[in-house]
Amino acid sequence: MAMLEVRDLRVVFQRRGSEPFSAVDGVSFDVDPGQTVGLVGESGCGKSVTSLAIMGLLPSRGNKVTGSVKFEGTDLLKLSNREMRDRRGRDLGMVFQDPLSSLNPVIPIGLQVTEVLERHRNMPRKQAMVEAAELLDKVGIPDPQRRLTEYPHQLSGGMRQRALIAIALACRPRLLIADEPTTALDVTIQAQILALLKELVRDTGTALIMITHDLGVVAGLCDEVNVLYGGRVVEEAERHPLFAEPRHPYTHGLLASIPRLDAPRGEKLTPIKGSVSDNIPWDHACAFAPRCPNALPVCREVTPALERADLRALRCHNPVLPGTPAAQEVPA
Amino acid sequence: MMTLLNRKKRRVDELAESAGTSLAADALRRMARSPVAIIGAVIVLLFAALSVVAPFIAPKDPYRRYPELVDGLRADFIPGPMPGFLLGSDELGRDFFSRLLVGAQQSLFVGVGATLIGLVLGMLIGGAAGAFGGWVDSWLMRFTDIMLSIPSLLLAISIAALASRGSQTTVIIAVAVTTVPIFARLLRGAMLAQRHSDHVLAATALGVKRRTIVFRHMLPNSLGPVIVQATLTLATAIIEAASLSFLGLGDPDPDRAEWGLMLGNSQRWIDVRPELAFYPAIAIIIVALGFTLLGESLREALDPKNRR
Repeated sequence: MAMLEVRDLRVVFQRRGSEPFSAVDGVSFDVDPGQTVGLVGESGCGKSVTSLAIMGLLPSRGNKVTGSVKFEGTDLLKLSNREMRDRRGRDLGMVFQDPLSSLNPVIPIGLQVTEVLERHRNMPRKQAMVEAAELLDKVGIPDPQRRLTEYPHQLSGGMRQRALIAIALACRPRLLIADEPTTALDVTIQAQILALLKELVRDTGTALIMITHDLGVVAGLCDEVNVLYGGRVVEEAERHPLFAEPRHPYTHGLLASIPRLDAPRGEKLTPIKGSVSDNIPWDHACAFAPRCPNALPVCREVTPALERADLRALRCHNPVLPGTPAAQEVPA
Repeated sequence: MMTLLNRKKRRVDELAESAGTSLAADALRRMARSPVAIIGAVIVLLFAALSVVAPFIAPKDPYRRYPELVDGLRADFIPGPMPGFLLGSDELGRDFFSRLLVGAQQSLFVGVGATLIGLVLGMLIGGAAGAFGGWVDSWLMRFTDIMLSIPSLLLAISIAALASRGSQTTVIIAVAVTTVPIFARLLRGAMLAQRHSDHVLAATALGVKRRTIVFRHMLPNSLGPVIVQATLTLATAIIEAASLSFLGLGDPDPDRAEWGLMLGNSQRWIDVRPELAFYPAIAIIIVALGFTLLGESLREALDPKNRR
């Protein structure tokens, strides 16, 4: 049994006066201790909502969460608010996208680190301050004693994200969810933060769910990758087979749209046509069909099922054949 | 071109300067550079100092009827300035200048008292609405809506009129009540905005207790507009208190030197000695202006959009 088992997770947003909208539509995946699992997809494909649902952070009204999220055998979705509050920060940590707005601007960094130590490890403030300095040191913040007394706006972006990681890891959670942790950072800092995450995960055996739209991040960090489209997993595989041989046209398209250093001069990038529509119809069709270069008539009539074969799960009627070069852009 | 470079350079200097400061220090620094803030602060400080020392620097006893003034009183005449009496007599033969000075104390006391009471009550209501949300929020806000739907002066008059006998306390309470819904709305709005902010979500994701989230993460980040409003409210509270006294709903004690009351009493003599109405009116206006300027510049200094 895996440490985290997400089964058939569905999140339906219900707004008065409009059709219910399935943001996450039957997502299942496993995470083992020490493993890094990536959730990849464009904006609006449901990756952030998945993470918020696992953490129990979706607003209590206006949505319906079904399925199960078993963490070490306990279904997190069935826990009361109070029980969930005790687990957040202690068993489950989360790092958010924007490090500046995720820190409280009016209190010093130190207090924000000790807060979680006092809350979950019942440390007295003084002892927590010592621990906080060690934590900041561990995530590579120089001169941690001084930083503890500083306010978030006095730290650089990379430093803030390091501080947030330190806070998230303060109570040694067994599962860390990182929701686009490098999106707001520039490329050099991005590399540092990823290296830091990799190191921490290796040293502490923390399981990591990495949510990103950046396949470069996935390639550098993840053991397992789930590619999401329209709230559903369309392809799931280990990192190497996924990158070497993407089978789903969407994964294939994502990889083809990354600029490569070794590409011949003059070769154009191949974008995926169109954009994610607001309400993606999986009923009686493949949601990706309107944008898919491989689409067959059947794709617009029958919903493809997620089929598992050769260490890979695939939701496609007409997958890309192994060895196919990047699809050429079709003129509109 | 030169100016553009200079502007850029100044921006860099400012940035360097702002490193190592908390939000409050940053706001103070920006206020110290604004002439409006300085004018407002000077007026307010002078007024506050005056209200403390007024009883000691008043040249005459503000409550005594001086025979040389009383002797000059006629049905159609009030003695004007004379040696020792800078602004002449009031309608009962007392030194008008001394009474004007002492009146500062009354105005400050009423203004600060009413604002503080309104602030505390308003923050309790707004804080509860913002912290709990849901039906608590709905009910409390309907209550403040009702209060806001009545013009504030009319509300103050009605409350003051409820008291069988006017007094300074009834004036303070009446004015305080009218400020409650403003503070409540403001704090509630700011707290609701905080509730959906990233750092509150981040704190929630750490399992931080609700109480800590409200008091450490939501409330301190919501106080800026409330502090600004309190400064502005001081101005309106002083004006409203004066209005109540003017209308005869204040303390009927003829001894009390209060600007609104002095203004009201001078009405009858406006064709004989219009200055008697003019002086307290000007005093009220200047003090209200001082608090308004200070409040407005405080608002600007705390506005995150002005942060560089």
